[in-house]
Order: sequence, then C-alpha cells, then structure tokens
Amino acid sequence: MTQLLLEQALNGLQFGLMLFLLAAGLTLVFGIMDCINLAHGSLYMVGAYFVAAAAQAADSFWIGLGAGVAAAAVLGLLLEVALFRRLYQRDHLSQVLATFALILIANEAVRLIWGPAPLMLNPPESLAGPVEIGNFFYPAYRLVIIAFGVAVAALLYLLVAKSRVGMWVRAGAANREMTEALGINVRALFTAVFVFGAALCALAGGLLGPLLAVQVGMGESVLILAFVVIIIGGIGSIRGALVGSLIVGTVDTLGRALLPTLLRAILPADAASTLGPALASILIYLLMAGILFFKPQGLFPSRA
Amino acid sequence: MAEALLEVRRLARRFAAVDVLKDVNLAVESGEVHGLIGPNGAGKTTFIHHVSGALRPDSGSVHFAGRDVTRLAMHQRVAAGMARSWQITNVFRGLSALDNVALAVQGRADSGSSFRFWRPVKGEAAMFDAAQGYLEQVGLQGKADAVAGNLSHGEQRALELAMALATKPQLLLLDEPMAGTGPEESARMVELIEHLARHVTILLVEHDMDAVFRLADRISVLVNGELVCTGTPEEVMNDAGVRRAYLGDHL
Amino acid sequence: MAFYRPAAWQKPLSLALLCALLALPTGLEALGQEFYIGFATRVLIFALAATSLNLVLGFGGMVSLGHAAFFGTGAYVAAICEQAGIAEALLAFPLAMAAAGLLALAVGAISLRTRGVYFIMITLAFAQMAYYLFVSARAWGGDDGLSLSRRMTLAGFSLASDTALFFAALAALTATMLLFGRLADARFGRALQAIRENETRMEALGYPVFRYRLVAFALGGALAGLAGALLANQTGLASPGLLQWTQSGTLLVMVIIGGVGYLYGGVVGAVVLLMLEETLVGFTEHWHIVLGLLLLGVVLFAPRGVAALFGKRHG
Repeated sequence: MTQLLLEQALNGLQFGLMLFLLAAGLTLVFGIMDCINLAHGSLYMVGAYFVAAAAQAADSFWIGLGAGVAAAAVLGLLLEVALFRRLYQRDHLSQVLATFALILIANEAVRLIWGPAPLMLNPPESLAGPVEIGNFFYPAYRLVIIAFGVAVAALLYLLVAKSRVGMWVRAGAANREMTEALGINVRALFTAVFVFGAALCALAGGLLGPLLAVQVGMGESVLILAFVVIIIGGIGSIRGALVGSLIVGTVDTLGRALLPTLLRAILPADAASTLGPALASILIYLLMAGILFFKPQGLFPSRA
Repeated sequence: MAEALLEVRRLARRFAAVDVLKDVNLAVESGEVHGLIGPNGAGKTTFIHHVSGALRPDSGSVHFAGRDVTRLAMHQRVAAGMARSWQITNVFRGLSALDNVALAVQGRADSGSSFRFWRPVKGEAAMFDAAQGYLEQVGLQGKADAVAGNLSHGEQRALELAMALATKPQLLLLDEPMAGTGPEESARMVELIEHLARHVTILLVEHDMDAVFRLADRISVLVNGELVCTGTPEEVMNDAGVRRAYLGDHL
Repeated sequence: MAFYRPAAWQKPLSLALLCALLALPTGLEALGQEFYIGFATRVLIFALAATSLNLVLGFGGMVSLGHAAFFGTGAYVAAICEQAGIAEALLAFPLAMAAAGLLALAVGAISLRTRGVYFIMITLAFAQMAYYLFVSARAWGGDDGLSLSRRMTLAGFSLASDTALFFAALAALTATMLLFGRLADARFGRALQAIRENETRMEALGYPVFRYRLVAFALGGALAGLAGALLANQTGLASPGLLQWTQSGTLLVMVIIGGVGYLYGGVVGAVVLLMLEETLVGFTEHWHIVLGLLLLGVVLFAPRGVAALFGKRHG
C-alpha cells in the first residue's frame, strides 16, 4: 500500500512540476502583460510536435528536445510580434477570441502537417528502465522529468526574484511608462517573457510526450489545469504557480488513484463505481472553489 | 442637540506600507454643512471612499443615522440615505442628462423594483417627471435631452449633483464639486450647494477655500491622513497647526 | 455608451423574416431540398443559444466561458427525461431550463464575486467541471453521451418530423427574441446596460449590482438550456462534447461575429458561422483554419461584428 502511495505521490510531483512549466509562462503573461492566452495549450501541443518530429528526424530524444524547444521559441517570437503585441491593450474579450482563433488554426495546422494520428515520441534509451528507490521501482525517465522541473523552478526563482532582468520585468508590469522612461526597452522585455513562456510550454510538451500521446487537441485539457493552477496560486505569482501546480498535480493524481478505492470501502459497489471516477475528475475544481471561497484572489495574489 | 448623523470613529487604513488614514475621528451633525479640507494627498478622497463604502478600513467604524454601517456594501449605504459625487466627473457620458437622473430615480427603493422585464421604461412618466424635477433643482432644466458628454464641465458637475439628489439622501458627500470649474460656474455651484444645504446634510471636500469658508458651518482639516483640527471656520483659520500644514497656501 | 435602440427598420425586417421562416419548410419541400429543414433547425437552435449568451455578454458585459455547461445540461436533462418516460416537451423543456438555470445560478453566485480575468477563467473551470461530471456518469452514457430513443411530443403533437421540430425551434427563438426585445427596454435591461458601462456608478446609485448580474447570468443559462433540449431532440443525442469549454468558445465566436450587444447579434452570428461551416466544409476539411483566420480578422479589424458593419446601433 505504501508502495502504491509513494509511487502515486512521485507521479503527482512529476505531473505537478510539468504543470508548473505551463503555469509559470501563463501566469507571467497574465500578470505582466495582462493578456489572456487561451492558446497557451496550443504552444504546448505544437512544442510537443516539434520535439517529436525533431527527435524522429535526428533519431535522438535529447537533440529532438533541444531543437523542438528552440523551434517553439522562434514560433513564440513570431506570434508575439505579429499578434500578441496588438492584444496587450485590448479588452479581455478580444484577447479571448483572438487566442481562441489561434487554437482553431493550430489544431488544424498540426493535423494538416502531421496528420490525425498521434506522433511517436520515445524516451531516451538510457532512461527507458526503472530505478530502484528503497524497496520499490520507479521509472528513471519520470525521475529525470522531476529533476528538470526542479531545475526550472530554481532557475525561475533566481531570474524573477534575484536578477536585474526580473526586476525590470516586474517594474515594466507595474508601470510601463515609467520603466520606459528609465531607458528600459519594455517592449523587448515583454517579447522575451512571451518567448520564454513558449519555450517552457515546449519543454513540458516534449518531456511529457513519451508518457502522454502527442496528438491534436492535447493542449485543451491541460490548459484548463494550468488555469486552475494560476487561479489557486494567484495571477502573476511564480511562487503561486509552483505551489498551485504541486497542489493540483498531487491532488489530481492521488485522487484518481485512491478515491475509487476509498469510496468502495464506504459505499455500495454500484454507487462507488459511478461516483468514484466522477468525483476524482472534479476534485481539483472543488478544491479550487474551496480555496477561492477563503482567498478570492488566490493564495499569493501579486496584483492589487 | 441633534445626534450626529455621520460618525466616523478611529478610522485607519494602510495601503502598501503607507498609513493613508490614521485614527480619524469625525462627526457630521444633522443639518450642517461640514467642510473637509487639507493639502493634496492628505487622504480626503480616500476618506470619502471609506464613508461611502467603496473601501473598507483596516480598523475603526462608520456609523450613519445611529447604525454601524462599516460592514455594509456601497449600495446598501445608498439605500440607507448616503449619496456622493466624484472628484472626476462620473456620469454616463453617452446618455442624455434626463436618462442619467432617471437611472438614479429608478434605483431608489421607493421607486419599486428594477427587476421588471416587460414594461418599457419610456412609459414611466412619473419617473421621468421626477428626474426633470431634479434637473430643475440644479439649473439644468433646459438640458434634459442633451447628451451628458456634450455638456460643459460645470454642467456635468451639476448633473452629478442632480443624480446624487435623486437618490433622496440624508447625507450628501461632495468630493470637490468645484473641481475644474471656472469662476462663473463655481459661483453657481456655491449658490446651489447653499440652496441644497437647507434640506440635506452635506460633507463637502473642497480646495476652493472661499467656497468652503462661505458654505461650511464647521470645518475639519486632514493632513497626511490625520485629522488635525475641527471647528468653526474662524477657529480653523486661526489654528497654528493648520497654518503650518498649509505653509503658504492662502487661507 | 447609449441604451440599445433598435434601428427603425428592425421591426418590419424581423416580421418579414418570420414570415419567410414560416414558409421555409413548404418551400424547401417544393424544391426537393428537405434535408435543409434539418440544417435550418440547427441554425435556429444555435441562434437561440448564442442569443442567450448575448444577454450575458452583450448586455450584461460578462465574458463567460462557461455557457456551454448550461447548453449541455439542457440537452442532458432532456435526454434523461425521455429515458425516464417523460416524452412531453411541455414538461421536459421547462425541466431542462430549470436545471440549466439553477446550475447557472450556482455557478454565477460563486463566479460573479470575482472580476475580469478571474471571472473568465472560473467560468471556464466550472464548465469543465460540468463536463467531467456528465462524462464520468456511466448511467448517462459516459463518453458516448445519452441518446433519446425518439423525439418528444409538444402538446401532444409529435416532433418526429423535421418540419415539426423546425417550428418548435422557431417558436422558441421567436419567444426569446420577443422577451429579449422587451427586456432591453424595460427597467432590468436599462439597469443591466448601465451596470455594464459603469458598475461603480450604479452601485453608488443604490443598485445591488451583483444581483442584477446574477439574474442575467441565470436567465441566459436557462435559455441556453432550452436550446440544448431542442438540440438533443434534433440530433437524438446529448453529447458530452456540448459541455466542453471549446463549445463555449464557439458560442462566443457567434456572438462576436454577429455583433455583441445588438439584439440580433446571436442570430446573425449563428447564421453566418453555420453557413460558413456548411460551405467551407465542401472546399476543405481543414476549414477551421479559414474560420480561425476570419475570426482573427474580425477581432483585429472589425471588433463590433457583422451587425456593426450595417450600422444598426443608434444614439
């Protein structure tokens, strides 16, 4: 039992950290540029496709990952310059619609280029097997994902809290004119934030590719989770995104694994088999509603 | 002696490590015109926000007509008899002056419910007649159909006043009604406020010292979030602390 | 901002349109194009759904990404009713509306305490929650959805024929447009528009803003539920896909294309989008790209929608 618990806990941690990669970029764009980006999930999807395609072409996971993330960064740059730049000053409804349009285009474009069937993305050979932890086995690849997640979290912390660039970004978000008057190129800064977010999406997509399927529409379901994360964590807060992702990741994973079993112990089998999966899938939404009841701006609100 | 209509006790509020209001005690007697003055940034508008319910204090309380209204939402305070005007004109610029005031009349509790889905508002002669009446009170009777955004600045300030009056308040919170008006419009506004003061208690925030000293029965002085002095205009004019605070501003 | 005032020619145009629609089934039959009666019904149903969103978004100013939840709930409740033996629409449809409306009331009560970006995302999250609830319920068909064994009856008349269902949908849409038109000019509509324009000002005039928004939100939800019930009858299936947030997006697109805040915005948008879909599908299976580009164009260059291009707004 403890083995199952430990395994699921690690899965939750891994899932949570990957969610963090998505949520971090999303919350930065929201918090700093005040722009809703429904197409964030599409960046994740396209990033995964880039990685898978590159990995197949180069016959190497790591090269594929690097090339895919780089390509996604370039795409992010193009998108920011061509479209998002115009959306920062627009109302939220326009942002919702424009980015929704991007989802339509992205899903269809991917289908056009790579066809409707999912792409294969295999983990690197060296990490394909399990690793022994204490007295149970855990996939090595998943441990590597956790490592990546922790590394990015540390990097982001250093960047946002400790570096000069982070300070500029926060200043630009608080008062654009003032920051520009100080000689900082806020426009370039915003582009950099967006591109960084896109790269993080691609990284998450590429890393999760071997575990989940690289297919059309994979972005929509994960986008919702990212939204739930930043609602819980507070818009604009990296710390909130991290805490939120870990909460959502663990609650969702453990919930799905344990809730059906738990319910079967207290309810008749019939009710438990219907209620179990239903409750497990809406668990994080209930959690979100609960947190919002006490803290309507999330756990770490960074905006006034 | 009349009970204080508005009583603010020990109101305090911090914004991001700055005490914008510190332990403010203020009472407005029923029927008086109470002026609130102070240098720029003293916290006068913030104070009005706390009285009207737009903001909640960190500590302290607001009492109105004997009730503790600190926890009440803005619209509930309005229903209780509080109305305000804004420093920066806040009317519906695209609507006619009449429509603006009609909205205020419609919102009143004694006008009946606004959860009516079928009867066109156009047919409610009584409501529009009442609205016209308030426009007359502020001298805008000829401008009923004018689009609010096209009115002169002074006329818009008067419109704001009409909207506040239409809610039939016991207490009127006026936030710099003379802001941005020229001498002619200012004079008219002063006359108007004098006229209104006969029926309504007024808390008047203003920078125009001549107006305040002419209109106010008592004056409170707010400096850096603290209430420095309360008294008749003569008392305030002679107060050393007040003079220091204004440092060269005419008094 | 001005209070919505219909163009002078709106009344005669809508009357003419109604007459044309009443004659449509006969006309299509005469031309041997009975298939299009079903298509026209679909357009009417989505026009109703989009109009219900227009109430919330266009008049209420609330950008809700959760409207699909109410649309889908209506469909499911209709299917559940039929499964339970309630085959009379005069019973099942109000039930569907009540369920959708109550759900909207609950969602709105929580979501409307938030603002801006938070509101948009929370409505989205709630829609997903409804989706997962319905999809996980094996008793209600799970992934495949819940099918209706046959169409319902309306006051005893069977809706099995496409023509009958067409008229039922037309009746629903006509009633809704009538209500919508009256509502816009009534006290509630004026208050709602004014709140959309300047919420603080209205609060300062004594209006309990939250309550107004909540009523509009719930009403919009109930009407979406009606559309859902009609759709379930038409397709014979309550599909979980109806509840997905992407469906909310589609409804939003219709309202935008048609014109936010214009009385017929939802109707125009539904017509444009569905006809576009119908024509583009013939050219390419990747017509979503064209739609996406069109939408981008509208957002960037014609943000007031198609109706605005015809200058319908006055004052």
